[in-house]
Amino acid sequence: MSDLARKRDRREARNRWLLLAPALTILIFAASGPLLITLVYSFLTAGDYGGVRWEFSTDAWFNVFLQRDIFDDTLSFADAHLSIFWRSVKLSLLTTIGAIILGFPTAYFIATRPKHQRDFWMLLIIIPFWTNLLIRTFAVMELIRNEGTLNTFLISIGVIDEPLQILFTETAIMIGMLYVYLPLMVLPLYASMERLEFSLIEAGYDLYASRFAVLRRIILPLVKPGLIAGSILVFVPSLGAYVTPRVMGGGKQLMLGNLIELQFGQGRNWPLGAALSITLLATVMVALLFYVRAAGREEVSHG
Amino acid sequence: MARATGFDIRRQYGFTTIAAICFISLYLPVILLVVYSFNAGSSVAIWEGFSLRWYASAWANEQVQEATVRSLIIAFWAALISTSAAVLAALATTRVRPYRGYSAVFATINQPLMVPEIVTAVALLIFFAGIKVQTGYTGLGYLVIAHSAFCIPFAYLPIRARLQGMDLTLEQAASDLYASPFQVFRRITLPQLWPGILAGAMLAFVISLDDVVITEFVKSAGQDTLPTYMLGQLRRVVTPEVNAISTVLLGISVTMVIAFFFVSRIRK
Repeated sequence: MSDLARKRDRREARNRWLLLAPALTILIFAASGPLLITLVYSFLTAGDYGGVRWEFSTDAWFNVFLQRDIFDDTLSFADAHLSIFWRSVKLSLLTTIGAIILGFPTAYFIATRPKHQRDFWMLLIIIPFWTNLLIRTFAVMELIRNEGTLNTFLISIGVIDEPLQILFTETAIMIGMLYVYLPLMVLPLYASMERLEFSLIEAGYDLYASRFAVLRRIILPLVKPGLIAGSILVFVPSLGAYVTPRVMGGGKQLMLGNLIELQFGQGRNWPLGAALSITLLATVMVALLFYVRAAGREEVSHG
Repeated sequence: MARATGFDIRRQYGFTTIAAICFISLYLPVILLVVYSFNAGSSVAIWEGFSLRWYASAWANEQVQEATVRSLIIAFWAALISTSAAVLAALATTRVRPYRGYSAVFATINQPLMVPEIVTAVALLIFFAGIKVQTGYTGLGYLVIAHSAFCIPFAYLPIRARLQGMDLTLEQAASDLYASPFQVFRRITLPQLWPGILAGAMLAFVISLDDVVITEFVKSAGQDTLPTYMLGQLRRVVTPEVNAISTVLLGISVTMVIAFFFVSRIRK
């Protein structure tokens, strides 16, 4: 009997790996495997015209944060890189805060609609989420360009004489990222708000709490896991954004994604590009760990 | 529980206003983009009357035609390959007893959702550059395999969700009546699973059609898809032609998403 069971187990295992084989082959060939090669490349020497020479070197990792003065060989922080890191982190944080300010009331609004209406409002949030990111970025760009709808309108009603230069600034990148990643804040927030116990809020009012006190002392603690999840879902893609800063920053305001691209284009420093990619990946993984923990708490707290 | 009428415990001051601003700002730019694709003038901000000239000019543009065909070919193959692989993977990871390597398999399948696109793009550039030198092959295969890979999790998740909600008893009954595993799959599992498969395939198709970053880094010279073509155009003077192309792409995506929304709610 146990022999039969073992035989069955072995057959199940074999079938399982046969079923998994196509997906895993594709993913290892065109997703996981190349990442390992990138890690290897970050320890090689840059070739003269792009590519690499197969000699071990830690120069790329060294250059991520530091630079050597070409004249007197002194070490200093790589200011250009650090300012781009700082801009990426700063704009991603601002985008996240903006998404909370806009997304929190929106999720709350949807969660407090009658049940049959909620799907409709959520569909309105989901549609932009699944539509082309480039097109949405492009739509915002057309709005805020110097010759764009916003400036044309403001000039025609006489508020301003000169067009406001918004495009190609950090503000433009932030507006663009806020626009494209906002749905990612609303989705998890709505998921936790949908299950809000309104009897708790009622109890709060019975005990003479003000509306603000109810928001701060009852609603916020209850939806905190959704808020953390939403913040990370906005922060992570903002940090690695490439299209939005390229379109809205016009190549003048670089973010990490654009700096990485530069190493494979004009920079011709593939190992440095690889090292920067791995740095970005590591940062994102740390943020995602927090996400998994927040999501885990969410499940526990709702049983 | 008697309260003064008009006191709504759900209400928070200003929230409805902010929600309204949020919905308007989500849709206004896209609506303007669509409106100006019908502009008779060549500005994307000053309305000069209705016309379809930019659709005509996009339609006549050879580069646009080629990019459209290329986009559709890649999206078709990517959706087909990723959905087929995802169905099999979902069968091996859903409704099974936990086994060794399960979490590793699950993480691998969902990896494209976690790794920033720019990192995957660079990794593929490095890897495929090596293969191109070794084999000399520079066809669309690289784009198809790259798209298939990042579409797998999108195809996988709706299929898995459908499978999780399915009843095992029918399949057990079929096996008890001496149906072979393949017969069980074809006659019992597949008919119940098809809405999930359809939903997964549609998502994969849209995701492939919309991809910019990975395509931009993997494509060889002259292999522009519609999104990378548009990205290249942004450096030049913007005419409503780009709006016209965007509108068509938007139309496809929105139709697919709404269809997905309804297909995934088909009762089990």
